[in-house]
Amino acid sequence: MEETKPQLLRVTIDGIQVEVEPGTTILQAARKIGPEVAPPAMCYYQPLKGSGGKCRACLVRVAAGSEKDPRPMPKLVASCLTPVQDGMIVENKTNPQVIDARNGVVEFLLLNHPLDCPVCDQAGECDLQNFAFDHGKATTRYEEDRRTFEKNDLGPYIQLHMTRCILCYRCVYTADQITNKRVHGVLNRGDASEISTYIEKAIDNDFSGNVIDVCPVGALTDKTYRFKNRVWFTKPVDAHRDCPTCSGKVTLWYRGDEVIRVTARKNEWSEVTEFICNTCRFETKKTSDWTIEGPTKVSRASVISANKYRADAIKPSFGQRLAAAEYKPIHDERDTTQLSIQQLPPERFAKLPSAES
Amino acid sequence: MATKILTEHINVPGIETFDVYRKQGGYTAVEKALKTMTPEAVVEEVKKAGVRGRGGAGFPMGMKWSFLAKPEGVPRYLVCNADESEPGTFKDHYLMKNIPHLLIEGMIISSFALGANKSFIYVRGELMYVIHILEKAIAEAKAKGFLGKNILGSGYDLELVVQPGGGAYICGEETALLESLEGKRGNPRNKPPFPAVKGLYQSPTVVNNVESIATTAWIVNNGGDAYAGIGIGRSTGTKLISASGHINKPGVYEIELGVPVEDFIYADEWCGGIRPGHKFKALVAGGSSVPILPANLALTLANGEKRLMSYESLSDGGFATGTMLGSGGFIVFDETSCIVRNTWNFSRFYHHESCGQCSPCREGTGWMEKVLHRIEHGHGHQHDIDLLVDVARKIEGNTICPLGDAAAWPVASAIRHFRDEFMWHITNPQEATQPGAVYRGEMALV
Repeated sequence: MEETKPQLLRVTIDGIQVEVEPGTTILQAARKIGPEVAPPAMCYYQPLKGSGGKCRACLVRVAAGSEKDPRPMPKLVASCLTPVQDGMIVENKTNPQVIDARNGVVEFLLLNHPLDCPVCDQAGECDLQNFAFDHGKATTRYEEDRRTFEKNDLGPYIQLHMTRCILCYRCVYTADQITNKRVHGVLNRGDASEISTYIEKAIDNDFSGNVIDVCPVGALTDKTYRFKNRVWFTKPVDAHRDCPTCSGKVTLWYRGDEVIRVTARKNEWSEVTEFICNTCRFETKKTSDWTIEGPTKVSRASVISANKYRADAIKPSFGQRLAAAEYKPIHDERDTTQLSIQQLPPERFAKLPSAES
Repeated sequence: MATKILTEHINVPGIETFDVYRKQGGYTAVEKALKTMTPEAVVEEVKKAGVRGRGGAGFPMGMKWSFLAKPEGVPRYLVCNADESEPGTFKDHYLMKNIPHLLIEGMIISSFALGANKSFIYVRGELMYVIHILEKAIAEAKAKGFLGKNILGSGYDLELVVQPGGGAYICGEETALLESLEGKRGNPRNKPPFPAVKGLYQSPTVVNNVESIATTAWIVNNGGDAYAGIGIGRSTGTKLISASGHINKPGVYEIELGVPVEDFIYADEWCGGIRPGHKFKALVAGGSSVPILPANLALTLANGEKRLMSYESLSDGGFATGTMLGSGGFIVFDETSCIVRNTWNFSRFYHHESCGQCSPCREGTGWMEKVLHRIEHGHGHQHDIDLLVDVARKIEGNTICPLGDAAAWPVASAIRHFRDEFMWHITNPQEATQPGAVYRGEMALV
């Protein structure tokens, strides 16, 4: 008997047409085209059921709902949850309204974020850092005090630094879906909400370490790795071992000959493909324990291989291009000779210790 | 005398008991519906009546009912939203406290029309005494055979459950209400799917406001066409308005939609005018979340016609010169009220009540509150006004539920219509922070 293929749906995202199966979301369709058009996602996590819709980073404009009903949708929609229709036309990075909303979301997410990337273990593989590099500003309009929390130990392996959290709920879904008992959740509401275990209970579960991998920021960190290294100094290598509790397929992060961290393998959208157990993650850190498969594929544009955010790897945003197009040099009529900076006596500089050596 | 649909018998002594309510013609609609009508016929009458949802959004109730999915073997639910928490709105409280049997009668008819065998009344948790009143009334109705198994021998079963709310404003949003009713954290759900397809316990559900459900008794008794004959245009029927603020007679009034705003404020039948010696400055027409209007725009449309108490007339001119009927929380301000302080107060409420699920609302409401607090306390900068407008614009429409809009609209509209007053606060901080100091500059007072 011949298998009947489901009718493929045509959807156009930023002028690029793609055919996808029914039930696909706009975000998934955009990811199928490639990273240039894929909307950023801070809370959506494909392996976790029910995730998404919260961060509003992936908002897109639907310029035409479908072939049958080509009316545009009245509001921006969350692309991670909206299924595509045949003939749908989506505007993502080509629409100034979308870019504006995303710039707003970055600004909102960074309001209460400590911006301590220089000391944060997540720096370099942080979704929020990437998102802010694409859509954020170098300055802030926020003048008030930021929300802060004390650091919190969740058992022997995991540390929670709630100040950095963006409340994506990913760790809550992870605990719900891959462990048999969730002991942490969201307390309080509004901007006072926090991830916590009830009365500082420890998370004690064989798969608890996966919340570290799913965390898009540095709120949940690995206590066996904290402050040991920066991600761009390490070399990721795929490896596996015979594990009685999980698949045993991991990525080892080497510095020199030493395995300093073990994580689950992630795809190009930094989503975990197979969750791993705590024994593999925290207690098996000798090369002899593992069968090495080869180096992990890392995009050349990524901070992990380039050691920095490469401006040439990332195209200027719509806002930047607009600003560049409208740039006018300011005519500064001030008399620079009146500024006394250049007229300081040279002996003042000679006294500085650096000048002596 | 204007037609009264809900509050006709509200002053009869002992109306909260079954016997008195029955003597005033109560429960005749249940008898009529269950004995002589089919569920489809009841839905048809409600559609004909054109009742629009009284909780705030104004979505036609009959249309909402007809969207209800009816898959085989899956229960359907009716949930009454009695989590009235909008600042300035207190009509449902008044109705449930005084005439609980009217709501129960409406619940029986609506549940029958939708084919629901278990219905819920989700009452705001702070109103514990109202919950006791409702539970007593339900017990009475059950004892008389109007609830429970085989009501009036028609073969229709209905169980009515009163659920105390979790104590959050957000639980008045229909999907957050359903989450809360399921025993979870009251976070709004992403839509679609809408509750009509997947609501309570993943089953098709209709969520209606107390006032909407209470009207069904009259509609069944008198017919949908009679109801549609009251009111004006697509704003049919009567509406309970919770009037408060600087007026002579605050309280709950039932009006026929289409009464001019001016008459409603100044007529002795209703608000009785602005308190003596003062002038009308601003109006919040439908609860704290709708845009605030200055006196001149509240009374007349942009084209000079009188503004009426109806869905269309109040929203005439969009948000540039209009507002919304919302839930009918009618708050009147005289010239002694400070708009900046009032906006800060509203904003503080939304900051406190944001559920914290989606980022624009969680962070944005707090930010707006802090900036408004700063302006109110004499530490504002000139660029803060544009900052507020920009933040409000970035929240509006980008959130999961309408709380983001509700937080953004009052701020955006206050700046739109009272920018000078904000400016005065920023440029004269010494004067503006004196106790009782109010802007006395140029503005439209009536």
